[in-house]
Amino acid sequence: MPEAIATRIPPPRASGLGWRTLDPQSCWSLRVELAAAAGPMATAGLPLALAACRAATRGEWAALWLGPDEQLLVGMNSSHAQFEPRLAGALAGIAHALVDVSHRQAAIEIAGPDATRLLALGCPLDLHLSQAPVGLCTRTVFAKAEVVLWRQEADRFQLQAWRSFLPYVTGLLALGSQELAPQA
Amino acid sequence: MLVIPCPYCGPRPELEFSYGGQAHVLRPAAATNPDPAGWNAFQYERANTRGLHAERWRHVHGCARFFNVIRDTTTDEVLRSYRSGEK
Amino acid sequence: MSGRWRLAAGGNDLDRSRPIRFEFDGRAYQGLQGDTLAAALLANGVHLVGRSFKYHRPRGIVAAGPEDPNALVTVRRDAARTTPNLNAGQVELYEGLVASSQNRWPSLRFDVGRVNDLLSRFIPSGFYYKTFMWPRTAWHRLYEPRIRAAAGLGMAPAEADPDCYAQRYGHCDVLIVGAGPAGIAAALTAARSGARVLLCDEQPQCGGSVRAERAARIEGKPAAEWLRDAMQELAQAREVTVLSRTTAFAYLPHNMVALSERLTDHLAAPPPGKPRERLWQVRARQVILATGAIERPLVFPGNDLPGVMLAGAARSFLHRHGVLPGNRVALLTAHDESYGTALDLKNAGVDIVGLADLRPRASGALVEAARRAGVPIRAATTAIGTRGNLRISAVGLSALDADGSVSGAPEWVDCDALLVSGGYTPSVHLHSQARGKLRWDGAAQSFVPAAAGQPCRSIGACSGLTGAALAEVFSQAAAAACAALEACGIAARPASFTTSDDMTSGGSWLGALPLPGAMRGGKAFVDWQNDVTAADLALAVREGFRSIEHIKRYTTTGMATDQGKTSNLNALAIAAQQLGRPIPEVGLTTFRMPYLPVGFGGLAGYARGELFAPLRKTPMYDWAAARGAVFEPVAMWQRARYFPQSGEDMHQAVARECQCVRRTCGLFDASTLGKIEVAGPDAVEFMNRMYVNSWNSLQVGRCRYGILLRDDGFVYDDGVVARIAADRLHVTTTTGGAPRVLGMMEDYLQTEWPDLKVWLTSTTEQWAVIAVQGPQARAVLEDLVGQADISAAALPHMAMTRGLVCGVPAMIFRVSFTGELGYEINVPADYGAEVWNAVWQAGQAHGMCAYGTETMHVLRAEKGYIIVGQDTDGTMTPDDAGLGWAVGKSKSEFIGMVSLRKPALRDPDRKQLVGLLTADPRHVLEEGSQIAATPGQRPPMRLVGHVTSSYYSPVLGRSIALAVVSGGRARHGQTLYVPTPRGETAVTVTQPVFYDPKGERLNA
Ligand SMILES: [Zn+2]
Repeated sequence: MPEAIATRIPPPRASGLGWRTLDPQSCWSLRVELAAAAGPMATAGLPLALAACRAATRGEWAALWLGPDEQLLVGMNSSHAQFEPRLAGALAGIAHALVDVSHRQAAIEIAGPDATRLLALGCPLDLHLSQAPVGLCTRTVFAKAEVVLWRQEADRFQLQAWRSFLPYVTGLLALGSQELAPQA
Repeated sequence: MLVIPCPYCGPRPELEFSYGGQAHVLRPAAATNPDPAGWNAFQYERANTRGLHAERWRHVHGCARFFNVIRDTTTDEVLRSYRSGEK
Repeated sequence: MSGRWRLAAGGNDLDRSRPIRFEFDGRAYQGLQGDTLAAALLANGVHLVGRSFKYHRPRGIVAAGPEDPNALVTVRRDAARTTPNLNAGQVELYEGLVASSQNRWPSLRFDVGRVNDLLSRFIPSGFYYKTFMWPRTAWHRLYEPRIRAAAGLGMAPAEADPDCYAQRYGHCDVLIVGAGPAGIAAALTAARSGARVLLCDEQPQCGGSVRAERAARIEGKPAAEWLRDAMQELAQAREVTVLSRTTAFAYLPHNMVALSERLTDHLAAPPPGKPRERLWQVRARQVILATGAIERPLVFPGNDLPGVMLAGAARSFLHRHGVLPGNRVALLTAHDESYGTALDLKNAGVDIVGLADLRPRASGALVEAARRAGVPIRAATTAIGTRGNLRISAVGLSALDADGSVSGAPEWVDCDALLVSGGYTPSVHLHSQARGKLRWDGAAQSFVPAAAGQPCRSIGACSGLTGAALAEVFSQAAAAACAALEACGIAARPASFTTSDDMTSGGSWLGALPLPGAMRGGKAFVDWQNDVTAADLALAVREGFRSIEHIKRYTTTGMATDQGKTSNLNALAIAAQQLGRPIPEVGLTTFRMPYLPVGFGGLAGYARGELFAPLRKTPMYDWAAARGAVFEPVAMWQRARYFPQSGEDMHQAVARECQCVRRTCGLFDASTLGKIEVAGPDAVEFMNRMYVNSWNSLQVGRCRYGILLRDDGFVYDDGVVARIAADRLHVTTTTGGAPRVLGMMEDYLQTEWPDLKVWLTSTTEQWAVIAVQGPQARAVLEDLVGQADISAAALPHMAMTRGLVCGVPAMIFRVSFTGELGYEINVPADYGAEVWNAVWQAGQAHGMCAYGTETMHVLRAEKGYIIVGQDTDGTMTPDDAGLGWAVGKSKSEFIGMVSLRKPALRDPDRKQLVGLLTADPRHVLEEGSQIAATPGQRPPMRLVGHVTSSYYSPVLGRSIALAVVSGGRARHGQTLYVPTPRGETAVTVTQPVFYDPKGERLNA
């Protein structure tokens, strides 16, 4: 019997001025009645996001509100084993659907003073801080790809797309950062 | 490009939505409604409203919810939106 | 041509230290940095810039801005970077610019097409409609191409556009379109209140009419100085964006305005990699339109000779470029401002040979100043014609009688330029595109904005304040900005702007100028670009056209690329006069977007080449590409179609792959299949309601082929569904159907059955799916699956289990789309490539091949497995497709159930899926071929069905086909006839299963 395969081969890495693909993260789609799950999850140290289009974070844990009964749970730095049993424990006895989507989601970080300008080439949302405060998260579109957009700091965003859309998104970002780069 | 007020997420650009046709068309339950006439009305008959039109939209690239919108088809003005099951 | 065309000093836009060489129609010229091509040509005494569309008449520069109907040129950087139909007034000069005129042959000065002008009485309005109607078939093949060639609007380059184009979404509280005095005042007011402001202007530099301002002082400063300070203040404001060279060309619903920003066209050497244009989609809470007004030409015979120019254009060229329109200049006007123009030209040393005013009397400060300076003024005077060949040499002036008619003989006044003005037409295009209403202002003789259709306000000249004092414009602008801010909920800090030495002007003339009663002939142009004359409009009315929209289409007035910016109101006035109805009753034609032509490159933006749309690839794509796979697009995916070995074509590769799978085994990438996890306590009940099948009896660890209908009873999608836990189903869909099936499921779940406790999650991209198919499949996998038992007993056909494959947690499905023993291994996608490779390595000892979608299609057709969308077309019931067995008989509810009860859907003569075998086993039918029941029919034939799938089966050594045939299942054994381009082919109807009908191989 061959050796167990340990190496993951995530979608192609890429980077440009002000953006880079991130290492794989742990991601789950959680579908549940928020009122029923918020308490037990908070008790387990895995807070859910209570407000629409906002993220709740705690250390390496983040819960992104994507819909009234939908949260995208993110274990940053790929801490799968750390969260999986705690999730199962907290949700036991509550009707829910928890689906591992770690390999579906691919993430890009966009940071720096031109971050919103770079995003504006494909994202139709108003990203002015008065309209899109830190902590905002939502599904939206980036040109012809569906993405999850998460503002982690005023000038730092995480963009998640399904893995097969990543080359398209990074291709656009590459054009965009070339366009915004100061002239040589 | 319209701005559509999602009852869950707030006003968002039309690009994030998909259209779902006329709202409040009742689907007869299969078991209790074998009447083909009623079924045909549900399936094929739609108003072609000039003016205020109740229609379904889905925030497909957002919260993914279906909801209803009152839109003036003569001006594209969106008067309000409300969740499925609400009036 | 001799003369002095450029002043030694002056010109607000110029950098006189930077001379620029350029070329027009092969001749070298020199201009200055800051010139437009139009200004630079005029500075060289060149007025002749083009030939007209229909009559090929010589034409000159009429306007200074984008409204010019004549000065269309082609600018060439290289073979691929060649842009036709640019407006010379908008082309900024750069070192080495190469431009050429259009619509002339062989040369601009001698043009053969001019013969059209001499034959013009045979080319009246509606000529094309009248002449080229017969024979109808000749229109596309003969007449239209000829007409288009003769009426050339420049040639598009044949090569791909090498430039890149950017796009951006913009958002602001207040978008201000037009950075003239009104727009700038509004922007300053909004900026000082802290609002997010976007100010755009189509010119290279902001300022609008301020840049040609003569004497006025603003805030105590000369106008130019005020402008500089104002733009600096705006540049430094944090929330303000100023875009020059940016045209707002479309006003879309919900206050979205599309802007086209020209980034590099003005540069001699555009920086490589930087976009040429940027298309903005700006969403503004409030819009302020300050788009100005367009001066109207006058309609009289010979008004199109080069050298006839709008008076305001001449003033703009003078003040902005230090350029003179001529040395002996006549003016013909109905507007006071022309007096100022005459005065300015006179002060610049130009000989003003006469200023004819159509009005009986004119007064005001400008008039008095001109009179004092000795400008020879003739009141109540009109022009009845011009003289000159390629440029005006004289204008015939006639006095108007008290009743407005012309009786006396004309006096011919020598001149080398004639400046004309019929007053100003407010630019209400964007207001109107925004569905705003227009109101006829009798005093101003123009349509002005009335109720707005969206949150927008018009200010300055476009609101009707043409010729108004700057003070009035400023106070209107500041008030509009405050109102806009208030509507945004922003506390406005009202601004005020003081002015001095500010003059007002007025005056208007609409329609054709009066002519002597006896005078006939001589073309009085209304629409220069489409060569429409006053006589054409009169003819259209005589021929019975009443609606201005019909008159427009019949005469083509206002339908050229300039959309009648200079001509529409004159055309309307002439039509109204002919119809004997007042102008507001006749009404305007619709203002359409785009306001100015926009290049396709800008509209396409980033969406070209690899980035036209997402090109989805599976984790195994690189492996297949490295082995020379040929890919085909399926939905957005790239799927390996076949794996040719050296020298093989597709048929040879597919034949080898098919044989290999049937004899040993094959490896297939099934990752693109849609996958939806249906989870929750009501998962099974939800599936009962969605799919036709009954799911209650499906045990955990077992799979079932599921069919999804629409409520009309027709097949929508299909796929294998596995119960992977008591409350969890793994639903697969077709590759193309994945998003719409999930959307349909969500629709019913959210709106019909919101009480069900079940949730849907797309896992298409979570799993890589490795299909191992063929008699050796188990032998290949046995060594890789560790503890998992994949024996026939433990894992029969349509069963699933979990286990480690190559140490990776996997779901193993015993399923088959080939009719062979088969497995589909699902592993998390990041592991897909390595597990695939391990299976491939293990398979080599068993003679494994990799196969693609083409082989998959042949293998499934041999088994009669349908492909939804190929063998079904949206009008097939499960029974039509031979799948009636799948429909749960005792179910109380599923989508489509009621429709399936309709008599029409139970008709035994419905088209049903059958197999077809051709008499000649080598003959592969064409998919889509029609089928007749009897031979030798002639059209119109009675047809009973069509071929849906057709292949050569290498394993069977003959062709096979699937078809849908009326009452097909009752026709097994019958002979039918398929008309083909090579004659009729006889086919035998069979069961739609050609290979292993008992399924022994499947269950091995
Ligand atoms: Zn929403």
